[in-house]
Amino acid sequence: MREIAYEDIVKAVKNMVIHTATNLPDDALKKLKEAHEKEKSPVAKKVLEQLLENAKIAKDEKRPLCQDTGLAVYFVKVGQDVKITGGLLKNAINEGTEQGYIEGYLRASTCDCFSRENLKDKIGYNLPAVIHIDLVEGDKIEIEYAAKGGGSENVSRARVLAPAQGRQGVIDFVKDVISEAGPNPCPPIIVGVGIGGTFEKAAISSKHALFREAGKPHPDPDVAEFEKELLFELNKLGIGAMGMGGTETVLAVHVEKNPCHIASLPVSVNVQCHSSRHSHITL
Amino acid sequence: MSQVHYLTTPLSDEDVKNLKAGDIVYLSGTIFTARDAAHKRLVDLIENRGELPFQLDGAVIYFVGPTPPKPGEPIGSAGPTTSYRMDSYSPILIKHGLKGMIGKGKRNQVVKDACKEYKAVYFGATGGAGALLGKLIKEAKVIAYEELGPEAIRMLRVENFPVTVINDAYGNDLYEEGRKLYEVKD
Repeated sequence: MREIAYEDIVKAVKNMVIHTATNLPDDALKKLKEAHEKEKSPVAKKVLEQLLENAKIAKDEKRPLCQDTGLAVYFVKVGQDVKITGGLLKNAINEGTEQGYIEGYLRASTCDCFSRENLKDKIGYNLPAVIHIDLVEGDKIEIEYAAKGGGSENVSRARVLAPAQGRQGVIDFVKDVISEAGPNPCPPIIVGVGIGGTFEKAAISSKHALFREAGKPHPDPDVAEFEKELLFELNKLGIGAMGMGGTETVLAVHVEKNPCHIASLPVSVNVQCHSSRHSHITL
Repeated sequence: MSQVHYLTTPLSDEDVKNLKAGDIVYLSGTIFTARDAAHKRLVDLIENRGELPFQLDGAVIYFVGPTPPKPGEPIGSAGPTTSYRMDSYSPILIKHGLKGMIGKGKRNQVVKDACKEYKAVYFGATGGAGALLGKLIKEAKVIAYEELGPEAIRMLRVENFPVTVINDAYGNDLYEEGRKLYEVKD
């Protein structure tokens, strides 16, 4: 058994949270630059220019890229030969999250669903984090993190289609969701699509798809082809940067596909704004 | 063709009438922040004839919940939040003198109609450009509802704050018009 100390997890998570809020990762930056080059609308091009300038200011002056510093979402792979000493993994991640959000001058955005009361004093500063844990082979802990903003979550949708609707049904559904979303999720966006599994499996897959390096095709060539087709279809919508009209609406489409029940075809669309703040660490 | 305007708040009916969807405006002067919770309180005050924490006549409200300021800075990152959540409150504020709103994303028909009837305008700022926009805010002071944290009402002094007219006082909508230009129909 390899031992990893609770405190080391707290510290690593804290540093990752602070860094991610001000540093747009290379993959997202590259995609934004490509969109800026390709964009045909002068209005949208100007918006993309602002976004690139914003990324530079954020990095140079350590200012959060966006005031919506998100809910903290984690996908964690724990090697089954790891023993965590000094506390529970979930607590360590939450503690690191809280420390990072406080020390990085980030916003506390968690609240009660009905009273809308901010939970910073009741549960913790921007807590609880959303944590998905998987047990895997090995003696390491891999933590993938995203600061997920509210605007793009608000337009995300899941539906269980009839099997007869098939591939085309999925394309139509994704297109409807993005068309209806229009300017609201801060385009240009990255679209995560989870297909198959059960209702919640599709939703979690669509979220996890957003953690992939932007634009990196799915290893299965058929799925990669489907991603390309969706990207082409979605960019026909003409929404453009911040919805002001343009050719570059979607930076990348990432699909995760799972086997499903003979009676169902679940599909979920999770949208990521242009400020795709994600990181990952291995301990 | 899109025009560029430099305006100082408060805005007059004349200022608003000169603006067309797609125009770029650099705003200077005082603007007020409010999100859902603060809007609810403002509307409750109007309905109960209470005194508002700021003068609505000619005012511009910015839909924003900034990050906490670092020591020595007036405000943290401060880009726009999604505006539709204010749709049920904005018309009554417009009726009582509000001239401008800054946010991002679509407004409903009731808001667009109120802009037309009472001469008001909805501006879009670049969502996710919070670092850049926060730097253009020179002063910030909480003037009401401090307990709401990021949702408190703040008075901001801005200099050349860049916004784009989305909905003008003539019923035009940049989101609809801009998209039509680039949409590829099958």
